[in-house]
Amino acid sequence: MANETTISITVNGRERSSEVEPRMLLVHWLREGLGLTGTHIGCDTTSCGACTVLLDGTPVKSCTMFAVQADGRALTTVEGLQQNGKLHAIQEGFKEEHGLQCGFCTPGMMLLGAALLEDNPNPSEKDVRWAISGNLCRCTGYQNIVKAVQYAGQKIESERSGAQA
Amino acid sequence: MFPRSFEYFAPTSIEDALALLAEHGEDAKVLAGGQSLIPLMKLRFAAPDYIVDINRIQGLDYLEEQDGSLRIGALVRTSDMERSELIASRYPAMAAAAPLISDPVVRNLGTVVGSLCHADPQGDWASVMLAMGAELVCRSATGERRVAIGDLIDGPFTTTLEPNEIATEVHVPDPGAHSFGTYLKLERKVGDFASVGVAVHLALDGDRVERAGIALTAVGAGNIKAKEAEDALAGAVLDDATIDRAASLAAEAADPKTDLRGSADYKREIVRVFVTRALSQAATAKAA
Amino acid sequence: MAVEEKEIEWLGKSVKRKEDDRFVRGAGNYVDDVVLPNMLHMAILRSPFAHARLTSIDTSAAEALDGVVAVVTGALLAEHNLAWMPTLSGDTQAVLATDKVRFQGQEVACVVAENPYIAHDALELIEVEYDPLPVIVDPKKSLDDDAPVIRNDKEGQKDNRIYHWEAGDKEATDRAFEGADVVVSLDTHYPRSHPAPLECCACIADVNPGTGKTTIYMTSQAPHAIRTVFAMVTGLPEQNIQIISPDIGGGFGNKVPVYPGYVVATAASLLIGQPVKWTEDRSGNLASTGFARDFHMHGELALDRDGKMLGLRVGMLSDQGYAYADAQPSKFKAGLFHIVTGSYDMPAAHVVTDGAYTNKAPGGVAYRCSFRVTEASFLIERLVQNAAYEMDMEPAELRRKNFIRPEQFPYTSVTGFIYDSGDYEKALDLALEKSGYNELRAEQKRMRDEGKLLGIGLASFTEVVGAGPSRDYDILGIKMFDSAELRVHPTGKAILKLGVKSQGQGHETTFAQIVASELGIPPDDVTVQEGDTDNTPYGLGTYASRSTPTGGAATAVVARKLREKAKEIAAHTLEVAPEDLEWKGDHFFVKGAPDQSTTIQEVAFAAYTNHPQGMEAGLEGVTYYDPPNMTYPFGTYVVAVEVDAKTGEWKVRTVVAVDDCGIRINPMIVEGQIMGGLTEGFAMSSMQQIAFDEEGNCLGSNFMDYLLPTAWETPHFELHETVTPSPHHPMGCKGVGESATVGSPAAYANAVVDALLHLGVRNIDMPMTSAKVWEAMQQGRQAQDQ
Repeated sequence: MANETTISITVNGRERSSEVEPRMLLVHWLREGLGLTGTHIGCDTTSCGACTVLLDGTPVKSCTMFAVQADGRALTTVEGLQQNGKLHAIQEGFKEEHGLQCGFCTPGMMLLGAALLEDNPNPSEKDVRWAISGNLCRCTGYQNIVKAVQYAGQKIESERSGAQA
Repeated sequence: MFPRSFEYFAPTSIEDALALLAEHGEDAKVLAGGQSLIPLMKLRFAAPDYIVDINRIQGLDYLEEQDGSLRIGALVRTSDMERSELIASRYPAMAAAAPLISDPVVRNLGTVVGSLCHADPQGDWASVMLAMGAELVCRSATGERRVAIGDLIDGPFTTTLEPNEIATEVHVPDPGAHSFGTYLKLERKVGDFASVGVAVHLALDGDRVERAGIALTAVGAGNIKAKEAEDALAGAVLDDATIDRAASLAAEAADPKTDLRGSADYKREIVRVFVTRALSQAATAKAA
Repeated sequence: MAVEEKEIEWLGKSVKRKEDDRFVRGAGNYVDDVVLPNMLHMAILRSPFAHARLTSIDTSAAEALDGVVAVVTGALLAEHNLAWMPTLSGDTQAVLATDKVRFQGQEVACVVAENPYIAHDALELIEVEYDPLPVIVDPKKSLDDDAPVIRNDKEGQKDNRIYHWEAGDKEATDRAFEGADVVVSLDTHYPRSHPAPLECCACIADVNPGTGKTTIYMTSQAPHAIRTVFAMVTGLPEQNIQIISPDIGGGFGNKVPVYPGYVVATAASLLIGQPVKWTEDRSGNLASTGFARDFHMHGELALDRDGKMLGLRVGMLSDQGYAYADAQPSKFKAGLFHIVTGSYDMPAAHVVTDGAYTNKAPGGVAYRCSFRVTEASFLIERLVQNAAYEMDMEPAELRRKNFIRPEQFPYTSVTGFIYDSGDYEKALDLALEKSGYNELRAEQKRMRDEGKLLGIGLASFTEVVGAGPSRDYDILGIKMFDSAELRVHPTGKAILKLGVKSQGQGHETTFAQIVASELGIPPDDVTVQEGDTDNTPYGLGTYASRSTPTGGAATAVVARKLREKAKEIAAHTLEVAPEDLEWKGDHFFVKGAPDQSTTIQEVAFAAYTNHPQGMEAGLEGVTYYDPPNMTYPFGTYVVAVEVDAKTGEWKVRTVVAVDDCGIRINPMIVEGQIMGGLTEGFAMSSMQQIAFDEEGNCLGSNFMDYLLPTAWETPHFELHETVTPSPHHPMGCKGVGESATVGSPAAYANAVVDALLHLGVRNIDMPMTSAKVWEAMQQGRQAQDQ
């Protein structure tokens, strides 16, 4: 394509470069360009949040951003939550509290949860419900997602205080 | 959902951006938060030939008071407004509106200035800015001008912004030493556009309302400034009769349409109820 | 240090889900995640008109676009006799339009291109000329004599009526009404809704020109049935068709039918010789695929002066869209709607239903419910609540007075259902107690005196789930049994293959627990495989809460079969007679000599290394389970709402749900299912609706207009249980996936109406938007002023 441009984005700690058409949506670049299919697409209208990723730590809907806009920036997708083979506390939380059923919204929800816990390590039910209200889940009724995020918060806290002790 | 092709520019200075608009203006769109523009492009309701992405221009994300008025730069996100202590302490109408706009994730990208330029009749920021008497600073390669929000909005999704202009800033006058403000929004769920929105800003002088700003969302072809209601409040004390009268005048100013969100009568009544609630809240706050 | 007890009791344990490891890593494998070499991409052009004659299609510009491989139209399909296909209720549906378009969003043409961006560029280049025709959106008008005939393609179809169907006894019901002291009636519309799973539909059709093998990755809840339908429609030999349903991002009934996209992608792959992927967008999903409900219902309930129910009369009109396309047992035209007598000992009932064509999308799927039972449950629970008001009785007491009593089970209803077991009063009492029902009533009175509105709603539902038995239930003639194949490997690990197909229900864990419970192989050692038709036994799939009643039962039965064989092998290795052995959890031991024992793992090894002479080697089996009856889960829900008297907005304050689904295999998963269902009930009662304007424009084709609740609106749920086992299920289980979707909408609606009772309000149709609640209050106040 004549109209292609080169971008370079740090994805889950690794720099990834490729040629893209400017119109390529970030979510398509992640899924088709990099094969990172944990980021999903659930709607056409920026409503569902299944495509949520962290852009320099901040949750954004990757269906409503062009890949070129992320040039030079850092992204975290669900595939980047796990560190050195160890699940992130939020991933454990979702498992422990049955925070997922079909799993389609789960990557986005977990990234929202992880971002929330950075700001607010001990969120109330209301805090979590508010923080995840840009994303939709059709299976769980959200209650166990709330518990999953709170579980992760407690786990992070206890690891932190354990490390200090 | 796959947008049409376009040529992409990411200038790093406002001058470069303005030069690009000078060249491509009619066929170009400025991309800030992208949370209104990109959805339209995905649906192919919008298909600009050129995109001028201003996100790489340094220094457009200021949110500060200068010479007694508030300046909100073109890259200030709604989430910045939501978290700002300055906004929380001095601009309660904005503080009330910010968390009600779209959803928490969209707010991380969507900008205040972009929302104003999008001119969606269901847009919340325009009502807040109308109520507060804000102006938009518009720059072109040849100069700069200020447009009152009321003069900016030219109809649904239409503004008086010239194709070669970039809106760089909202300029909000001093709310006054003693002020009250709020934004009430009837929405069906988080992320919904307003079924009805009411912005109220009052500059107070003791018991009296010195100056009132009331603006309505989603009940007309554009955001509506409820001028007669404002006039009825100016200089008045917020007693029940005044509140009733202002609320009724605001409801009369609304020109809603019947749809799945409710009948025109219902929406007009919501305007009345919301204005009443806002003013009663002001009266109670003042009494306290 | 305590000795670690080996876990042998797996039933009733909240085992963490085995499938979660991949999902939390983003390593789920959904259809759109699958990439095949040389894969092409398909996009669908849809009709902007709801009813129009198709006068011409010019695809030349689209075909000329760089990167476009093919453009498929109805005319092209017609050459291969593929322009129309059968629906799951035996009607027909267009694959791509040839003569007319009959709803807005109908599939008109498809572009196959190198990537989806180019495919969508090409869609804009297809020129279609339409000649608009009068549009019918109202099913009542559709049945008028002068209404234009929507299905003029069907020989002998002279009007828009699809069916007229009756159940029950008209004369007995008329007599009951003649003798009644009180008759209450209710007219309500259960609005058109859409299951809207978060993942849209998708497929990749890969017809290999070399081998003739057709592999289709598909978002299907029922891959085996789809394979058979595909074979019948396309004429392809069934052994050459492999349907693979990988992970599915929610189904809720939406992914049961065959959709045009699947058929065109397959035809295109056959034509081109390359794999073709079709991924639906959300507007396509909402505008064209299986909607649900859309029943206009009239109900009348006859009672004596003491509140004893005497009879029920129901008239119903179903808006089916332009094709009758539900997955429906063929002998019941209105599904199982005739279970409308609900939890009550109803002496007489008569149900009349009519189905009408309109210019709307076809579907009518059972959205998280068993064939129309949602509508039935809603109607009776709304009627009973209103009857209580009419008679000035406490709604809970009117229910209690009329419940089918525990000693009446198995209970045969007047419309022919044999309820397997129940204890309705127990569930009701628990719900009343846990919700603080009496206190809520007292608080309601206090608040009303202050001008504030609190409403309390009840629903005591009975579900009917788990089809078969095959004597009554089929889809297109294929009987509704289900299957399980269990293979125990020499090292004592097992693989279980099922004909059902999870879409998030946790089958990989629950069914492994059944094997563990029956055979002592821990769940971690049991792999559960579903969805690949080449590698699983034939089954009808997962919907209508049927997996545990059918596939779960099959698993238990096949595991027991294997245990019998294992016993023979154990007797052989322990050198005793089989009768001398007893089974405990995971091992056989010699009666009276518990030290002489052998574990199931040891037996499995022996089955391949040291099996008795004359016995076939191995430890595996397959069972096709035909349930003797449906299962009848039930429960009572209590919902309390606060209504804003000025704006009509309402907020849920309390949801207490008591569910009885018999024995719970994995309580954590069961509760997850119930909370999901309670949420969808809330969604339907408060916001979900696919509406149309007079021109047939769909007003709910995206998530800005078709509203799904977020975590913020969704209530907090409090769950409780009673346990009344199913007497015929091998493990005493009943289905549960849909109980809450079926039972809860009436509870929410009853609560909102209850809040406005003193204003004379007796009904608000769902979704109960703030505007509708406000209008109801206005009308109530005006009526009171007169």
